[in-house]
Amino acid sequence: MATTVPEHFQGHADHHGHADHDHKPSFFARWFMSTNHKDIGTMYLIFAIFAGIIGGAFSGMMRIELAEPGIQYLDIFARWFGATNPDFNSTLHVWNVLITAHGLIMVFFMVMPAMIGGFGNWFVPLMIGAPDMAFPRMNNISFWLTVAGFISLLCSAFVPGGTGLGAGTGWTVYAPLSTTGSPGPAVDFGIFALHLAGAGSIMGAINFITTIFNMRAPGMTMHKMPLFVWSVLVTAFLLLLSLPVLAAAITMLLTDRNFGTTFFDPSGGGDPVLYQHLFWFFGHPEVYIMILPGFGIISQIVSTFSKKPVFGYLGMAYAMVAIGVVGFIVWAHHMYATGMSVNTKMYFTAATMVIAVPTGIKIFSWIATMWGGSVEFKSPMVWAIGFIFLFTVGGVTGVVLANGGVDDVLHDTYYVVAHFHYVLSLGAVTALFAGFYYWFPKMSGRMHSEFLAHVHFWIFFIGVNMIFFPMHFLGLQGMPRRYPDYAEAYQHWNHVATIGYMVMATSLVVWLINMVYAFTAGRKAEDSYWGEGATTLEWTLTSPPPFHQFETLPVIEEAAHH
Amino acid sequence: MILGKTVRTLGEAARALGLYSVAAMAFSSTLAVSSAIAAPAASAVVPAPVASYTPLKPTPGIGMPVEGGIGLQQQFSKLGEYGEWIHDGVLMPIITVITLFVLLLIVIIAVRYNRRANPVASKTSHNTILEVVWTLVPVLVLIGIAVPSIDLIAKQYKPAPKGALTIKVTGNQWFWTYGYPDNGDFEVVSNMLNLPGQPIINNGVREVGSKPWDGPSHLEVDNRMVVPVGEPIRLQITAADVIHSFAVPSLWFKLDAVPGRINEKVLLVEKPGVYYGQCSELCGAKHGYMPIAVEALPRAQYDAWVLTHAGGVIDGQAKPAAAAAAAAPAMSPGAVATAEATEASASEATAAAE
Repeated sequence: MATTVPEHFQGHADHHGHADHDHKPSFFARWFMSTNHKDIGTMYLIFAIFAGIIGGAFSGMMRIELAEPGIQYLDIFARWFGATNPDFNSTLHVWNVLITAHGLIMVFFMVMPAMIGGFGNWFVPLMIGAPDMAFPRMNNISFWLTVAGFISLLCSAFVPGGTGLGAGTGWTVYAPLSTTGSPGPAVDFGIFALHLAGAGSIMGAINFITTIFNMRAPGMTMHKMPLFVWSVLVTAFLLLLSLPVLAAAITMLLTDRNFGTTFFDPSGGGDPVLYQHLFWFFGHPEVYIMILPGFGIISQIVSTFSKKPVFGYLGMAYAMVAIGVVGFIVWAHHMYATGMSVNTKMYFTAATMVIAVPTGIKIFSWIATMWGGSVEFKSPMVWAIGFIFLFTVGGVTGVVLANGGVDDVLHDTYYVVAHFHYVLSLGAVTALFAGFYYWFPKMSGRMHSEFLAHVHFWIFFIGVNMIFFPMHFLGLQGMPRRYPDYAEAYQHWNHVATIGYMVMATSLVVWLINMVYAFTAGRKAEDSYWGEGATTLEWTLTSPPPFHQFETLPVIEEAAHH
Repeated sequence: MILGKTVRTLGEAARALGLYSVAAMAFSSTLAVSSAIAAPAASAVVPAPVASYTPLKPTPGIGMPVEGGIGLQQQFSKLGEYGEWIHDGVLMPIITVITLFVLLLIVIIAVRYNRRANPVASKTSHNTILEVVWTLVPVLVLIGIAVPSIDLIAKQYKPAPKGALTIKVTGNQWFWTYGYPDNGDFEVVSNMLNLPGQPIINNGVREVGSKPWDGPSHLEVDNRMVVPVGEPIRLQITAADVIHSFAVPSLWFKLDAVPGRINEKVLLVEKPGVYYGQCSELCGAKHGYMPIAVEALPRAQYDAWVLTHAGGVIDGQAKPAAAAAAAAPAMSPGAVATAEATEASASEATAAAE
């Protein structure tokens, strides 16, 4: 590989000098004052795993409560949060705290940190041949703001939030339930958590956009960038444009709650539906923020293990751009039941269905990439194929829900819960595991057990389908979401879902065992351990990569494949 | 642990079922009598005895979820039937075929293009025709879906005809109130019935199952929203505190109750019966405990129900409950005209819906 060293990158070598490039700072300086994208990425991943375990435990608490009709466990959970002799209302309030915390944790503190903060930080600079992110110090504060936000959210669970301890507003924090409906500091802590995490994400987005636009290695044109980098770029733009709207909305909530404004209070001329418009203007791009980097990860993996370049590269890249753009003009499909006008409802129905087209392009292009390939079913590939199927199921139910007229019966039922867990819990999380197995040896230098990774996949696949497929049935039968208790007719499928949760939880134990195995007995990873199909720049480096890489920039030749 | 609970619950369910059938037998005679009376009433001759209103006993599996059910609830409105057709007849087949098609392609790849079967990968990475096809075909499919779907939305927004009965629905933490401005503006407060063996949810409200006409637990209320069957009804929905949502799956009806705002939509129930729904927007601690029960009755029985309320008025003319029986056969000409107008507009609306 020919090399050039542009003058302006000399400064980035700091004062270490080239021979000295693997000199690492002391423990505290390295992990608490880190400016290294790989270390920050690692911290994001560890943080996301930690938050995911808490958010996942909350879902376990919910599933056990839902195993049968009646209230069985909420009273115990209320005591865990520090309530003494909770009355029935504060017992029920715990349910709302669980659904709120589960949603917020999984969205803001698990999927986003893992996808963007974790894999984005680790692999965007590696894939574009950059020595680090554009703003290493801002990268550091992005991470620690996320941690601070998480702490604020956890604090909210232990302070009064209306009928009980904690914020019980749902992750959507709809007014007026979140304003006049929830006195006490819990919701303020929750809002503050979103402010902090949001500020962290905005800074992260600025960092990624700057890095990708300005720090590509010579010859790495936009149309040669790996699709994962494209996915992070589109995601960063979505974050940059949508998060400020959320920040505004929740700031208005904060002033409505504490300073007597009435943005969302009809008695002062405000409008509760306005909050929903603002929230979903952010909220809909947010769901693409969670899934787009997953698309990127899957593209890399499918290409690697098929030993073929991605089919229809430009179509794939611009499909993501299209999803990002259209994602901004479909928000009110979350609000079909609010009483919008007929034309608005028709528009949002039509616009929402349009999203199925670029999404279809992606699904078919992945399949076409595998078609004619020499496909090796290593663990990341198995997870990636699982993703393609599960995401298809979640996608087609999205087309059902897009229809405003049909949504009149499905809105806010378990059908919606099934749909968004198919694209997130089964889509985004499956993509995360795919990426994890794909890059774990690159990040750690140790090979995981392929056998355990496959076992993990199959148990997980069966478990999550057992949890979420029956939810379609419950939703069609009319079971509303966010209910701690239900009519007896809903028991059968709820029971199946709870058993499915236990199956899924077992798979996570297999995963943790695999991690222990990798760190204690795992074989040392080679540079390019997945073989000839892996063509992106991270595979030219050692596993793990040097503390500072590409001090001499790689040059991408004209004929090189993306 | 879970298994043990299942067994226990099954036992309880069996016991409940036994009790239920006893209750059904005990009251089947009452039911027979009332339906015998209702029959002539429907042919508009002698509605005399219906003045004594008894809540309707719901039919199991109708207007409510069924155990282990996997599809939509049976529909009892024109819109519902249309929507059910769009879901079951258009959307479900399309999404099932798409999903199975993707699955099939994956299986073919696993069999034909695995490393052993196909050791040398092709290098094909472009095929313009293919890419155009998989862009345009989904567009056509979506247009096919959009046509009936947009039509369904248009029908949902058909305004209520002149003279349609108005009912004002208000969501409260955590119960519903139903106002009847056209019938003397009385208000019905509707609380969920308490659950046996669970903490008291609504003080002063009886337990579910304590009356013969009680429907399923979690869904039955003390005072139902009673509506006349076969007429378009204008529901005006609002909320007193936070956002709630008035939803009845078997009537294809869901509309948010937003404080400071009145949402309006037409409800037309085709068959007499009890149709259950639940609050569908998170509204605080007892969000799960404010169900909706819509009881659709023939007009005469509806009128009788109206007259059981203090201040209940039929056609702008107060009638004491006792006198109603005598007065009813000889309806005032005005009332007849109104009834005809309502009927005419109802059939008009139906025609429009078709």
